[in-house]
Amino acid sequence: MSSTPSGSLPNPTRRVEFDVWRGDSAGGEFKTYGVDVAEGMVVLDCIHKIQAEQANDLAVRWNCKAGKCGSCSAEINGQPKLMCMTRMDTLPQGQRVTVEPMRSFPSIRDLVTDVSWNFRVKKKIKPFKPRKPDNADGSWTMYQADVDRVQEFRKCIECFLCQDVCHVLRDHHKHDEFIGPRFLMYTAMLEMNPLDTENRVADLKDHDGIGYCNIGKCCTKVCPEHIGITDNAIIPMKERVVDEFYDPITRLFRMFKPRAS
Amino acid sequence: MNIAERCTIHEHDVVVIGAGGAGLRAAIEASAAGVSVGVICKSLLGKAHTVMAEGGMAAAMGNVDDRDNWEVHFTDTMRGGQYLNNPIMAERHAREAPARVRELESWGAVFDRTKDGKILQRNFGGHRYPRLAHVGDRTGLELIRTLQDHGIHQGMEVFMEMTVVALLKSGGRIAGAFGYDRERGRLHLWKAKAVILATGGLGKAFRITSNSWEGTGDGQSLAYHAGAELLDMEFVQFHPTGMVWPPSVRGILVTEGVRGEGGVLRNSEGKRFMFDDVPEAYRAQVATDEEEGWRYVCGDKNALRPPELLTRDHVARCINREVKAGRGSPHGGVYLDIGWIKEKIPNASEHIKRKLPSMYHQFKQLAGVDITTERMEVGPTTHYSMGGVAVDGETQESCVPGLFAAGEVGAGLHGANRLGGNSLSDLIVFGKLAGEHAAKFAKSHTPAEVDSAEVEAQARALEAPFERSGSENPFAVHYALQDVMQDLVGIVRTQSEMEQALGKIAELNARHAKVAVSGHREYNPGWHTAVDVHCMLTISEAITRCALERKESRGAQFREDYPQKTAECGTFNLIAKKAADGSMEVRRRAVVPTSAAQKALIEKLK
Repeated sequence: MSSTPSGSLPNPTRRVEFDVWRGDSAGGEFKTYGVDVAEGMVVLDCIHKIQAEQANDLAVRWNCKAGKCGSCSAEINGQPKLMCMTRMDTLPQGQRVTVEPMRSFPSIRDLVTDVSWNFRVKKKIKPFKPRKPDNADGSWTMYQADVDRVQEFRKCIECFLCQDVCHVLRDHHKHDEFIGPRFLMYTAMLEMNPLDTENRVADLKDHDGIGYCNIGKCCTKVCPEHIGITDNAIIPMKERVVDEFYDPITRLFRMFKPRAS
Repeated sequence: MNIAERCTIHEHDVVVIGAGGAGLRAAIEASAAGVSVGVICKSLLGKAHTVMAEGGMAAAMGNVDDRDNWEVHFTDTMRGGQYLNNPIMAERHAREAPARVRELESWGAVFDRTKDGKILQRNFGGHRYPRLAHVGDRTGLELIRTLQDHGIHQGMEVFMEMTVVALLKSGGRIAGAFGYDRERGRLHLWKAKAVILATGGLGKAFRITSNSWEGTGDGQSLAYHAGAELLDMEFVQFHPTGMVWPPSVRGILVTEGVRGEGGVLRNSEGKRFMFDDVPEAYRAQVATDEEEGWRYVCGDKNALRPPELLTRDHVARCINREVKAGRGSPHGGVYLDIGWIKEKIPNASEHIKRKLPSMYHQFKQLAGVDITTERMEVGPTTHYSMGGVAVDGETQESCVPGLFAAGEVGAGLHGANRLGGNSLSDLIVFGKLAGEHAAKFAKSHTPAEVDSAEVEAQARALEAPFERSGSENPFAVHYALQDVMQDLVGIVRTQSEMEQALGKIAELNARHAKVAVSGHREYNPGWHTAVDVHCMLTISEAITRCALERKESRGAQFREDYPQKTAECGTFNLIAKKAADGSMEVRRRAVVPTSAAQKALIEKLK
């Protein structure tokens, strides 16, 4: 049988050994599966093949299979990646392939992790609050140049690979004090929306832990949407925090003029 | 049985099943009406298939061409649907879409802009004027993220990665829903005064599809088994441009936006074959030569559209014809070429990457093709179900009191063929309407009693695959069904093949009754597939029976044995309903009449 959920495949061309992490929150181990890999296959195809033919109960989260939904995040040969966008022919030939779940989040089963923390974090960020519409029909006038940057951040597919790779979360487990690159960028997206009237800069400093980010840029490197998370989002937000709270002239100025909301 | 011992019980005024565009929009509306809302989704929040929508949402705002208005949009939609649409829904949709789009902006959506700072609109098949509000080619992501980020602050409770397997009724009306969580396999009971189905489509019943694993016809099947009517199930849209190579991505969508931006279809001889066959109803709207088509793409108001922007049903059949005639590409598709526009505009490569970034990455990463310089290979892919749960055009309520449907799972707006871009606008217009009326229903009704015996029976059926020692593999049954639907009830249909399909579906039902799954209950894909296959078998039978009954070719349905459209078949829609003996009955129902004013519009804008 050589089918995947997408249909029939041509004749297999080469055999690849996969080491797939199997287990749950109590622990687990790598199990080995051999897969016949044909031209064009991605890692997720191989996982599906294992699931359909050798391990019906192998747990994996996936959806669109086109890099648009951000569900199938995993660590492939130790690198955080989307399984659906990792072509087998981009991995070192003739070598075993390891697939394991994202390590920054608690395990549920096999390749599926508990990412609910991310949803809780997002809910705490002050929502979008637009200014009054510019026009009688309830619309606003905005120019493309004003929204280019915001649109870059809105490309995010919430795969949480940036959260997975960030050492503040992965190694130091600061989940209670640090919202991670995804949500620093989300905050930047709201702050840079030309219509937004909310101010989240104090939250960035006091609750979101923006100071923990030491600009290692690991998040930017793993982003499948190639968003400039560090340079375009986090650094400008750090600058706003500095401007607003640490700049001596601004502080002096604020002593005389209370900040407008 | 003591339900509380076996199930986690939740209580809400309104339960929404599905968290794509329609489900979230409905949940937002119901929450705003002050009722308690639960949203159940099979995936994580924000991952529903809406994210895959690329081209845009149709709304006659007239930002790019001020000749556009709701009247033109209404008549375009009716023409595209070959007049089997519910005209009440088509009119509401055309009138309300602009306000619904602007509302998204007030919730944080950031659309591409015109030079004068308005929401930009693009050309799409079957739309007379540039009408699709969009964000590059990731409009679906923008829609779902906007609704998600707004929705989480409106008080709704979200149940992620849970599957509903049955709707519960009491005294003829809806009482709730029963299902399980995919993470742990625990049973859940949602008591509700009203239920909104927003579960999307059914493409996974076919082998080649643009749909993700979630598109398994759950809502249509749930509604059918709860006694609701299914409408127009024969009309399954085969999108003309899916990827055909490599095999593992076969079926993944290539947005119509490529053609909207100037992409052209060519066969292996290099010919733009779409000029060869322009249907009568569109002849007055199509460019006479390639030069005029290009001028249209560039926004020349005096030019007519290139034939690549004809409706999807027609383009899909033309591609099918070219491939069958031996003029296809190496992997059984045809060529879609956007790179050619470099002959026309400077910096074409940058332009393509900016307007079609997802397509660029998709082909580059998955197929090793650079679309700015190389041609794409494309072919038809099962994309969308025009049919679904029959609803009242004023309220989105089905014939089961308290059961509503919105989005792809519903039916009526699109008739025999949906225009590109009318899906996302469908979600927000009718999601809102369903939310509004479900909330109203909930406010005027007391909770219905849930029958514990029914819950017990559903729980037993759900867990049965674990008890069996049979050898049927759920994946194998699924693949077999996909082959049946793809090969026998696909883009070209005949009576004998469809009768054969019915026989095979019956065999597969028997095999499905013997499906066994092993292992644990946590996130067990074999078990999940066993559940999904039940839904797909139900809707596959409905599609096939309705397609057999419609003895003509119209819109998405092409019957080789009845290649013409008939006036008589234009007078009815088909209804599939569960009969008292449990069998599926199909009957005709007269189309919803078009009002005199609507008729006049259709005549005027012909």
